[in-house]
Amino acid sequence: MAGTTIPARRGRFRGSTAMRDNLAGWLFVAPVVIILGLFMLLPILMALWVSLTDWNGQGSPFRSGVPFVGTGNYTRLFTEDGLARQDFMTSIRNNIYYVAIVVPAQTVLALGLAVIVNSRMLKGKTFFRAAFFFPSVTSSVAISVVFLFIFANSGAVTSLLGVFGIDGPDWFSDSRGILHLLLGAVGLVDPSAPPAALTSGGPFGLSWWEWLSGPSVAMTTIIMLVVWTTSGTFMLMFLAALQDIPVTLEEASMLDGAGRWQRFRYVTLPMLKPTLFLVLTLGLISTWQVFDQIYVMSQGKPSKTTLTPAFLSYQTAFRSFDYGSGTAISFVLFMIIVVMTLIQRWIMRERNGGSRPRRHAHTPAHASAHASARTSARTGRS
Amino acid sequence: MATVKSAGKGPGGSEAARSLVSVFTGYCVLIFFALVFLYPFVIQIGNSFKTEPDAAAHPLSPFPDPFSTSGYEKAFLNTDLPLWLGNSLLVTVIVTLGRVLLDSMAGYALARLRFRGRRALFSAIIAVMAVPGVVLFIPKFLVLNQLGLYDSYTALILPVIVDAAGVFIMKQFFESIPVSVEEAARIDGAGVFRTFWSVVLPMARPALITLTIISFQGTWNEFPHTLVAVQSPELFTLPRGLADLVSGSLGTGTQYPLKLGAALMATVPVALIFVVFQRYFVRGANEGSDKG
Repeated sequence: MAGTTIPARRGRFRGSTAMRDNLAGWLFVAPVVIILGLFMLLPILMALWVSLTDWNGQGSPFRSGVPFVGTGNYTRLFTEDGLARQDFMTSIRNNIYYVAIVVPAQTVLALGLAVIVNSRMLKGKTFFRAAFFFPSVTSSVAISVVFLFIFANSGAVTSLLGVFGIDGPDWFSDSRGILHLLLGAVGLVDPSAPPAALTSGGPFGLSWWEWLSGPSVAMTTIIMLVVWTTSGTFMLMFLAALQDIPVTLEEASMLDGAGRWQRFRYVTLPMLKPTLFLVLTLGLISTWQVFDQIYVMSQGKPSKTTLTPAFLSYQTAFRSFDYGSGTAISFVLFMIIVVMTLIQRWIMRERNGGSRPRRHAHTPAHASAHASARTSARTGRS
Repeated sequence: MATVKSAGKGPGGSEAARSLVSVFTGYCVLIFFALVFLYPFVIQIGNSFKTEPDAAAHPLSPFPDPFSTSGYEKAFLNTDLPLWLGNSLLVTVIVTLGRVLLDSMAGYALARLRFRGRRALFSAIIAVMAVPGVVLFIPKFLVLNQLGLYDSYTALILPVIVDAAGVFIMKQFFESIPVSVEEAARIDGAGVFRTFWSVVLPMARPALITLTIISFQGTWNEFPHTLVAVQSPELFTLPRGLADLVSGSLGTGTQYPLKLGAALMATVPVALIFVVFQRYFVRGANEGSDKG
């Protein structure tokens, strides 16, 4: 109907309605299209170009004088031995440990809290729901300031541990890896003199010993902060899903004599699978982007053990004025996030035995769209 | 002893005692976690009214001894806190108004107006939403720099004045309300914009409130965008100023009462809105999981 424009004058009524909808439609979306195009799409294209150059921030990156280096900024991160690769791989290692702890911890905590809050025997649901959710709506920067105080050398956590006779560490200046400390504690390895087999070599310019450090003590404070801030949001998602489970289903399983754990394992959990998938995906996406907390609390210190790819890309571009490398790092990070999401989708599909989730059909795009709605990592706003 | 009735429910039969125990445990867990989630804020408020030695000596105690407002006096007089508050308020109000209007216009068009390219555009918006925010740091700076907008109020406001997620929420909402009212208005001869403004928008109140609240909260708390948009201290918003106060060039020893007080200024507006409009926050948080 609207396929032709010229006969519109003749078939005046029908044609003009279609034209009017066309015009009005584009007028209505114009601001969104222009701004998203200008500040989302165009930036990505420009950044792709910059990641292939050695632009130092002076003048326009499209001037002819800007050195073109091809994929040099990318290969430097993976194949060339040097500080760039050293830092990048360290940041990857730090973030892997961070993700490996934060994602399961926040998911389990959120699910546990949701189940308890949802219990029909307990009152005060609204209050507890609000209390658990509150940290996730506040400013990540402000919360980081509070945690800086709480974990300060003479701070609340140290004095709380003191009550129990425990001598707490100097949280933010302690770069020792948790895994190293554990290995030392069980007597497997002496952290001050690690075996030569582990220190002599390893992939991507870091020794095996460095890869196996675990998160540093300083990083664990950020891990605790993020688990604390994000669990509330995910609890709400689980709570909404729990409330969707028909009461009759639970009652039926109760009559069948199922115990509480069995009921949870075989009735509740399968019903929560789509939400679980959403929460894990959002968790993975946001934990790889952790930035605000790092910026405020540690700036990558001590000994680069809280350096993450997001912070490294910022630092490389805006502090070292190496925009090409900084941009390359952020594209690699982008790829990591995409790959993680795809792998997870694939795993969940296998587990589901091919049966697609009923009404919560989520694509990674939807999931990360949701994540970007609350960027500050939140989730990590994060 | 087990009666016939409870025999099927398990050994022991003291079902009532067991559920009493589980209610008790349930409350213990809830109260423990409520403390874990809320006590840091109590500590923050308490310590912001302490003197520096008191805060250093008794960080766990929520009660200042002596009570002192010197942290706040220093924050307001010796730092740019009033300026940051003003900038944050200005940016947040403009961005929120902009998002509410522009996102709902676009959401309406995508839900209702049969214009050419509608489907493709919607897919593009979904794709844009999928790009992680962190990846856009440097790219956004590049464009702002290229356009000569870097380090201006425009740079703080314009790139974030629409958000794809808001468009998505509004589109979902408009698709959920019946089309008959609008059709009546349009048959009466009202134009598209007139129909949208005086018929559709008033019906969209619940969704608009949700959008207003999540936009306000998101913009008030926004930090990374300010890092790549501005560098002059006169343009700092509260999160940016706060971040510099604790980590950057302004780094000022410990001064915890001051820092905690300044951080509280960032928390209070969102906290107030949270208390009043809690159910809209809940709705906003669930928007993705329900409608995805």
